[in-house]
Amino acid sequence: MINRFLPKLRRLLPLTPALFLSGCTLDLLDPRGPVGIQNRNIILIELAVMLSIVIPVIIMTLYFAWKYRETNTSAEYLPNWDHSTKIEFFVWGIPAVVIIILGTIALWTSYTLDPYRPLHSAEAAGRKPLNVEVVALDWKWLFIYPDQGIATVNQLAVPVNTPINFRITSDAVMTSFFIPRLGSQVYAMAGMQTQLHLLASAPGDYLGEAAHYTGRGFSDMKFRTLAMSDDDFNQWVDKVKGASDSLDSADYPQVAAPQEAAPVKYFAHVQPNLFDSIVAKYNNGMVIDKSTGQVMHMQSAMSDMQMKE
Amino acid sequence: MLGKLTLSAIPLDVPILVGTFTGVVIVALAVLGAITYFGKWGYLWREWLTSVDHKRLGIMYIVLALVMLFRGFADAVMMRSQLALAYNGNPGYLPPHHYDQVFSAHGTIMIFFMAMAFMTGLLNVIVPLQIGARDVAFPFLNSLSFWMTTISAVLINVSLFIGEFAQCGWLVYPPLSEQQFSPGVGVDYYIWAVQLAGVGTLLTGVNFFVTIVKMRAPGMDWMKLPVFTWTALVTVVLIMAVFPVLTVTLGELALDRYLGMHFFTNDGGGSVQLYLSLIWTWGHPEVYILILPAFGVFSEITQTFSRKPLFGYRVMVYATLAIGVLSFIVWVHHFFTMGAGPNVNAFFGVATMIIAVPTGVKIFNWLFTMYKGRIQLNGMMYWVIGFMVVFSIGGMTGVMMAMPAADFVLHNSLFLIAHFHNVIIGGVYFGYVAGLNFWWPKVLGFKMNESWGKRAFWCWFIGFFVAFVPLYIAGFEGMTRRMNHYDNADWHVQMLIASGGAASLLWVLSASCCRSMSRSVIAILQRTVTSRVIRGMHVRWNGRCHRPRRLTTSPFYRTFMESIRSIPKSRSVVVAMKARR
Repeated sequence: MINRFLPKLRRLLPLTPALFLSGCTLDLLDPRGPVGIQNRNIILIELAVMLSIVIPVIIMTLYFAWKYRETNTSAEYLPNWDHSTKIEFFVWGIPAVVIIILGTIALWTSYTLDPYRPLHSAEAAGRKPLNVEVVALDWKWLFIYPDQGIATVNQLAVPVNTPINFRITSDAVMTSFFIPRLGSQVYAMAGMQTQLHLLASAPGDYLGEAAHYTGRGFSDMKFRTLAMSDDDFNQWVDKVKGASDSLDSADYPQVAAPQEAAPVKYFAHVQPNLFDSIVAKYNNGMVIDKSTGQVMHMQSAMSDMQMKE
Repeated sequence: MLGKLTLSAIPLDVPILVGTFTGVVIVALAVLGAITYFGKWGYLWREWLTSVDHKRLGIMYIVLALVMLFRGFADAVMMRSQLALAYNGNPGYLPPHHYDQVFSAHGTIMIFFMAMAFMTGLLNVIVPLQIGARDVAFPFLNSLSFWMTTISAVLINVSLFIGEFAQCGWLVYPPLSEQQFSPGVGVDYYIWAVQLAGVGTLLTGVNFFVTIVKMRAPGMDWMKLPVFTWTALVTVVLIMAVFPVLTVTLGELALDRYLGMHFFTNDGGGSVQLYLSLIWTWGHPEVYILILPAFGVFSEITQTFSRKPLFGYRVMVYATLAIGVLSFIVWVHHFFTMGAGPNVNAFFGVATMIIAVPTGVKIFNWLFTMYKGRIQLNGMMYWVIGFMVVFSIGGMTGVMMAMPAADFVLHNSLFLIAHFHNVIIGGVYFGYVAGLNFWWPKVLGFKMNESWGKRAFWCWFIGFFVAFVPLYIAGFEGMTRRMNHYDNADWHVQMLIASGGAASLLWVLSASCCRSMSRSVIAILQRTVTSRVIRGMHVRWNGRCHRPRRLTTSPFYRTFMESIRSIPKSRSVVVAMKARR
């Protein structure tokens, strides 16, 4: 449905930055992934539909105020006129039609753009998704690559045109995981695991941020998202594997300790199920395996971590 | 007795606060000295501080609101200037510890002590007069509400100089506001201040509900009620419905902090989502509590100065009621990104959009009230017309964010900040200022200065766009709210422009306030002259009454100050009430 509007919108697109200030990058209007593109198209459709009613209202306001001003005695004056069923019909009808149009789009896109929905885009056909586990800490981001067995702090590398399945939690306060140029954000909450599915369609270095305020170190709670080709990504994985640090439940409390403006860090090896242990810590040692829907007990790992803290 | 507070809680090491403190002390001493010099302590105590007269309480509410507007505005200017400076390695002049308190205090003060106090002030001033009641139903309760609000405002301002204020944003989201992450006294200040003010507001709600339902003049049927009183009625019903939720929510947060319970903590089965649901169950109706009386003001002003009855009075009433009902079923749009799933998001997204229908109807009805009228383009109509322009844009961005799929990228960004300032400044603030202008002669017996009123309007109108359009753009550039410093050149451009807008708003705020205050002082000195020419508000404004519906204001030929002066003691209001029964 959205896609039908696409060609028309593309033509309008060069105009939009001109409306604001030229020379700036409007990240949300210039996305680098299918999710972001859909977010943007919805925003532009909404803007167009709403402007089609808002602009006439503003013009009518100014015109009526000017035309029926006190000094203009030639204008018609109906001092007792206060009702017209015909006008009332349009007064309710026009907003209702606009809302029916936008409401339908809202209903539709709530499902198509649900962040929990795995991506099925043309670019990604036949490619195996990359799993990344995200842990929001005070005030940095820990990225665990369970399939590669590596982890990083404040740097996220992803291969282009590969669906990325994020599982997100927090081991501190609540915040929101957001890469503006790739699209949708989702909250990170302790004891919970939220999901997000994104895809980068072009190589680049994109800003990633904590979109929800987290306290003192919030302004520096940012990370770089490096989207790269498969070869570059494999080299990057090798580089991380060559790092001297590793991450298990003994080292974890040090990594998780509050820190402002934390530098990028690589961990060559990461303890399996670290993410589940972090979630389980807040749920009496239990965590739900999202793929099977079953409850797993993480008793030993949890007691380890709690002792260290 | 002082709990966590020690002498070290006084921030002697922060020059901004020491300077502010010195300034406040000097002004306070000057005011106290002046009262003593003129021998007005007895007058102040008997006639104002212990008064239960709705007119005096209304004036005191509005004075409180204007003082808090200055405080909240000072916070805003500090934030804007910090963000204009703190770019590319420059830390700016506000470290996070201070900056985080500033934005938390700005939101708390502007909503609870500026907007709510202003709204309650206008209700106090006008509602009893419009329905022909001698006073509100429970005058003492009214005074209690006011003093609870005032004490809360004082408490928040004390936190500036003793201890600290909350650093968790204006709604103190847990788990950040829990003991584990915020061990200081800031959140405690927030909880106590907002609890007291919240209970005060709840009492106001009950008071005005009873007043409007039980004390209307004989013959004033529901469909003859002035439209401002209708909006006031819906507002107080919303207050009665949702303020208990706020009290309970903050009570639970207090239990978490003081007794180690686990309502909203990370561990022990606490739930952040519970807090968000509860606080926004209060918080979303709250914005309609603020905007509905402003809509009432716009209706009154538009019909008066268009010299025509309000177009579609009944429809206006139904639209107000519809907004009141719908405001309860939209709260989840404040956290679409929490992962509640598409069913929940779709429901709340569509429900939010539906609110735009009755709101749009209202805009059209004001438009057709102006249509074929004889519009007197004075300062008040400027605010109305400016409101219709600004609010339409704010409504548009609001509908945009109501779409869950768009909210996923706009949530928590500066686009959101621009949106709600767009509707709160363009709707609530413009409305209250217009209302103050409109009813000022009724209260004080003379009109506000027309040319300064128009200058104030232009500065607010233009200043609003200069200050907030850059924030809309910065939102599209991916800049989030509550950031203390950054290193993005694109954001810096927007922040520089926005601080220019804040400066122009500041200029007008101080200039117009000084101006109208000096005007008031002069006029009060000349009151014996001016008060002779006062007649009823509608006579004075040369406007039309709303024919039978507006019979209410006609018997009030005297202004407040005259009627106040004619009563020897404020207590006599209670006596008069009893005599009336």
